[in-house]
Amino acid sequence: MKIAVCVKQVPDSAAKLVAVDGKANWGDSPLVINPWDEYAVEAALQQAEAHNGSVIAVSIGGENSKEALKHALAMGCSEAILISDDTLTQMDSQVTSRVLAAAIKKIGEVDLAFLGRQAIDTDTGLTAAQTARLLGWPALTLVAVITGVDPSARTIRVERSAEEGRLTASSRLPAVLSIVKDFCEPRYPSFMGIRKASRAVIPVWTLADLGLGTLKANITWLELINPPQRQITTEMITGASPQEIAENLADKIMAEKIL
Amino acid sequence: MNKIWVYIDQFKGEALPTSWEGISAGKMLAGQLGGGVTALIFGKGVEAIASQAFQYGADEVLLADDSSLDDYRSEPYSALLAKLASESSPEVILFPTTTRGRELAAMTAIDLNTGVLPDVTALEVKDGSLIATRPIYAGKLMCKVSCLTRPQLVTLRGRAFAKLPPEASRTGTLTKASPVMSEADILTKVESYSAGEAGVSLTDASVVVSGGRGVSNNPSLTPPAGLDEKQAEIWKAQQGFKLIEDLAQVIHAAVGASRAAVDAGYIPYAHQVGQTGKVISPDLYIACGISGAIQHQAGMRTSKVIVAINRDAEAPIFKLARYGVVGDLYAIIPALTEAFRKRLGK
Repeated sequence: MKIAVCVKQVPDSAAKLVAVDGKANWGDSPLVINPWDEYAVEAALQQAEAHNGSVIAVSIGGENSKEALKHALAMGCSEAILISDDTLTQMDSQVTSRVLAAAIKKIGEVDLAFLGRQAIDTDTGLTAAQTARLLGWPALTLVAVITGVDPSARTIRVERSAEEGRLTASSRLPAVLSIVKDFCEPRYPSFMGIRKASRAVIPVWTLADLGLGTLKANITWLELINPPQRQITTEMITGASPQEIAENLADKIMAEKIL
Repeated sequence: MNKIWVYIDQFKGEALPTSWEGISAGKMLAGQLGGGVTALIFGKGVEAIASQAFQYGADEVLLADDSSLDDYRSEPYSALLAKLASESSPEVILFPTTTRGRELAAMTAIDLNTGVLPDVTALEVKDGSLIATRPIYAGKLMCKVSCLTRPQLVTLRGRAFAKLPPEASRTGTLTKASPVMSEADILTKVESYSAGEAGVSLTDASVVVSGGRGVSNNPSLTPPAGLDEKQAEIWKAQQGFKLIEDLAQVIHAAVGASRAAVDAGYIPYAHQVGQTGKVISPDLYIACGISGAIQHQAGMRTSKVIVAINRDAEAPIFKLARYGVVGDLYAIIPALTEAFRKRLGK
């Protein structure tokens, strides 16, 4: 079974972000694989292990995006491909999805494509569904459990998470899945994996390699702003006993007229 | 047909209340772009939702009621929405940022070759186009974005737009639409559904009480015999979360948690508030035993009133808090529950 997993490189979730001259600045914080994508890599590897398959990791970005791919390789992916093109300056989720869909087609005979639920930088949460739509494959988004994949019958059954609980859905292969944190803890890269990844040569594909012309974003960014600072005066609530503190705090909260 | 459409998200024939926020946002836009608001309702046995949509301010309802639309599935829903939109060319389609709303907007945008402005917290109109404000990096930054193509698809963050009070006397025009896919052509089947935990939903909640790592630090509790160290820690944390649940019940709040508490196995992931959990902005957020890592702050910093209870006076959460208590949460929380019980007459 052939499996693709799409990963993105993002600033670490502990990074402090500041808008400087209209650009996001994260200081010295490291760039890491998008935390949601680690669940996608884990799910992809589990399916590969269960069905004697292999996992190819795909990312879009500059040379430094190779670090996210190396993390995926170190976790156990067998190949990685970076898509890099000077014309990819204005990206939106639709452009990203067109590139990923074209890459998945070029890889060929992919049975399952995995993505994280969203990237923690742009936070759109659209890419998995849009990639599926462009491929014409079913989208099984926000998957918490893969209950069964039958490569010969070409079927898949999953539990998806929704506001109301879990939905069991079945569909056909090939399919696109996005994976949520409930799935299970992603594995740590092994020592051997890290060594292998550090020596890996990652091929770079351009849009021309994917048979794509210049892609135009439908969304335009007008402004990047720092959120308004919270003007907060913290009032510390004290009292002679926990009961007195609680009474004083309850009075303050009641006076806010929320409850 | 009106220029502003609003998709009403429903589950098992009940509209999600956050959908009504779209109608009031739509009316604001219609005031500037002209025309009225059309609500879109897809499902099976959902005609009652149409009357509700009128009461919340819709001028028109476009209703597709069919067994193939019984459970939400992206294929028949997006195919139907794309067909309706390509026939009538609306300027704007608003969706709630629910799991279904976001997915439907994403797929329909591909069919219509247009863009989505997801998880929007504010909207303005300039030269006939929408300018949307949306948080990125989990709210550590905000950006203003607009869509160059039509229709402009927008998903609205829950609670960012107020809904109008319903007026029982309001009605409007009901138009019926038919599905465009037959059941045989739909690849995905919904087989069953298991309800999540009962209680108030985190993202809809106006009041949230959250627990962190500190919830397991009760030195006066003795775990039952036979537990190893990790099991004993989880057992202690669960006793702590019981206190939080009692408080939440009295003030009708949802229960949240920090990533540290979720990762330690104290409480399921569905409760996680933060950058890799839920991003919420309730009117009141009570953080108990949460130090306030930047990851957590990203998920709750826009709450209106933040209360922090922590035994460490240096915890960063106090910098966000309107009211702070330095103390033992095992003593404070039960006392606070009692104090509210008296005041709220429960």
